[in-house]
Amino acid sequence: MGKIDVYPTTAWSAGTGCHGGCGQNLFVEDGKLVKVEGNEDHPWNQGRSCPRALAMTQYVYHEDRITQPQIRVGERGEGKFEPISWDEALDICEERMGKIRDEHGAESVIFVQGTGRDIGGPITFLAYSYGSPNWVQLGLSGHSCYTPRLGAMKTTLGEFAVADCSQFLEKRYEDPEWEAPEYIIVWGQNPPNTCPDGFYGPWIVDCMQRGSKIISVDPRNTWMSTRAEYHLQIRPGTDGALALGMLNIIIEEEIYDKDFVEKWVDGFDAIKERAAEYPVDKVAAITEIPAADIQATARAYANAKQAAIQWGVPIDMCPDGTAVAHAISCLWTVTGNIDIPGGQVIAKPAFGVTAYPFSSEELIELYGKDLITRMNEKRIGADVYPMYKHFRGWASPDVTIEQIETGDPYPIKGAWIQTANVIGGQAARAKFHYDAMKKLDFVAIVDLFHNPTTMALADIILPAATFPEKNSFRSWWTPMDSIKKRVQVGECRSDWEINFELAKRFNPEGLQRWATVIDYFDERMEPSGMTFEDLEAKGGWAMSPEGPGRPYRRYEKGYLRADGKPGFNTPSGKVEIYNKSFEEWGMDPLPFYTEPPQSEASTPDLFKKYPLVMITGARSNLFFHSEHRQIPWLREKEPDPTVEIHPDTAKEYNIYDGEWVHLENDMGHIKRKAVISLKVKPNHVQTLHGWFKPEAEGAEPNLFNVWDYQVNQIIPGPQASKSGFGGGQYKTTLVRLAKITEGGA
Amino acid sequence: MAKYSILIDTDFCTGCHTCEVACQQEHDYPVGLNGIKVTEYEYKLASGKVKIDCIPFLTDLCDLCMGRQADGERPSCVKHCQTACMYFGLTSDLAIEAASRPRAVLYTHTPK
Repeated sequence: MGKIDVYPTTAWSAGTGCHGGCGQNLFVEDGKLVKVEGNEDHPWNQGRSCPRALAMTQYVYHEDRITQPQIRVGERGEGKFEPISWDEALDICEERMGKIRDEHGAESVIFVQGTGRDIGGPITFLAYSYGSPNWVQLGLSGHSCYTPRLGAMKTTLGEFAVADCSQFLEKRYEDPEWEAPEYIIVWGQNPPNTCPDGFYGPWIVDCMQRGSKIISVDPRNTWMSTRAEYHLQIRPGTDGALALGMLNIIIEEEIYDKDFVEKWVDGFDAIKERAAEYPVDKVAAITEIPAADIQATARAYANAKQAAIQWGVPIDMCPDGTAVAHAISCLWTVTGNIDIPGGQVIAKPAFGVTAYPFSSEELIELYGKDLITRMNEKRIGADVYPMYKHFRGWASPDVTIEQIETGDPYPIKGAWIQTANVIGGQAARAKFHYDAMKKLDFVAIVDLFHNPTTMALADIILPAATFPEKNSFRSWWTPMDSIKKRVQVGECRSDWEINFELAKRFNPEGLQRWATVIDYFDERMEPSGMTFEDLEAKGGWAMSPEGPGRPYRRYEKGYLRADGKPGFNTPSGKVEIYNKSFEEWGMDPLPFYTEPPQSEASTPDLFKKYPLVMITGARSNLFFHSEHRQIPWLREKEPDPTVEIHPDTAKEYNIYDGEWVHLENDMGHIKRKAVISLKVKPNHVQTLHGWFKPEAEGAEPNLFNVWDYQVNQIIPGPQASKSGFGGGQYKTTLVRLAKITEGGA
Repeated sequence: MAKYSILIDTDFCTGCHTCEVACQQEHDYPVGLNGIKVTEYEYKLASGKVKIDCIPFLTDLCDLCMGRQADGERPSCVKHCQTACMYFGLTSDLAIEAASRPRAVLYTHTPK
């Protein structure tokens, strides 16, 4: 046995797969990772860890990992691949993508990622170096994951804001400046199971241990909702009505923060008028929450000295998710909970360093205004939805997939897919995506394991590295972290390294100034006054000092505006809850509620046939979306895809616990194992997404049994939002249960 | 006598499985073997409200991470617990600690 060295690093994406941020210690013996443990010196997790991080050795050295570049040798879907060298693989990508660019224009190649992880930085770097504006979370209908919330915040507040769990302070809970939120509204999330959007879920439990009381907005009973002071068991998709109803109570009863509103809020009267359209009885009828509970909750939140809202992806997945996020953000605005201890703290990337562009401003800073303006002209969906033109840099996933089919207004010929299992994962109308993407001339996929998407589509596969195998940096809010390579597995390379090499081939002049990816990291990290190695030497993390990057009450201190004056980073210097950007873009400047596209009220006939609301997309602590089903320590604890069914409903359908059943609607059916549970209401069923069986045959038609289990094949599309952002129907699709008859699937 | 114990504040166990994988990694236990196991129970209170409780229990495969103790480290499950609701120490100390909590279990444990 050799000597074991212990290296601190930060877990971000491939491996744990998540949005990351945990400090982890890597135990390395003879060049091999032998153990992973939480890093007690890291302020994010303070030594704690999760099942996926602790199972990393099984992930890194899994026998099914792709460790060499591969080229498809049979027909697409036959599952026949042969190893090739990196040079050969990159030559082929350069030649095939170069040919598409010459013949059709760079916009004819789309750059596809999954959820917002560490891919946003390298994939935009490659897409813009190649010249394509089409960066897209393909299949994620309406980009219904955080972008709607980001859009609503940026256009009203001029910033982003998150629940304050002391994460911006080195000493965390011990910092005397911090106070625990009196109340936390946990809105559409189960924090113990998830660390989304630069947020460590268990921080909410930390706050509970320090006295915070919970208001849970959740259609299900969860560990957290059953410990909440108030549990609003909302009808899925009606969150906008609830937010407006609460806003109305707070304004009508004059329990809002009058000083803050007078000084810092623009458009209060207009919001007051709009909120008045949502009296409590109407909201109670829409949301199925008792009126008294809505009133009590609104009062508890508004009367608290400081209160926070921790919100989840179901908000984006409401019809007009952007408008729903806008409505919720009005709650923290009118109650003056912005940038105060234990409130909604303004969140900026540490030192202003961008690892992953969250706004148009950041893209312009990274790539220049000319390029971004030019890109806007051709970005798919920018002519249909103004938000796609004006906010961030995404192409519309719903329009993109249609355009692959129609070739209108220009053809889509190629796809660069980076750690995104579109077909087995995020794609609503998954079969439509499968059929359309089959028509592409060239598909390169960067991934770690074969999955239904690599199997069905890949022409070239490039093996990616996990976090212990790569150099990278992270600055998703705070702290700024370095991630340093400590082991090598096969020929795997980091996403940054892969994209950097290929970007150089497409834009040799533009990339001259960086010899290595570390040079590039150093340039990006310049605002911090530290290089990558400086940060490593400091222990791998650093937080912003007093100034724009550190709370609290920065709007009073002149830290938010370019002119250095007090106020918010908006034209008026106030929080523009009457959203002038939306108005300018032809959208409703005020928040509103839209009924889900499928429901008893909007589709009564469909409801008669399919009377159960299917909630999908909840998180498991063991798996990240469609990953990790091949990791023995994880799969053992959740071996099968299940559906939660209320006992009364199970009785009605004559279903016993553990029985395999179908969930079905007009789009098809999927298989699930029944779990009879009080977690769901009788008219709801809940099932996890991302299921396929890595142990099953991968070649078509099987594709790891994806069509037995992929729940998103029965989720309709396109998205249901006027803005284009939000409205994926992952939480509101109507289904029924069916017994699997003998000889059935 | 059981000199050492593990205290679990059962109000804050969310059933996240971290302790289980921590134990498996530390001891290189294969699938099917574990020194700690989490259970979840959902039930209805007299008020009709649903409650969900979680709690881990120790098995004969738990050795209180003797090897880690020698290095001054806490058992892996205790260290990694996502909600920091587990404590390791002398039984006599933890018994006092347990008494100050509304709901807790104190596992006395003597490795076999």
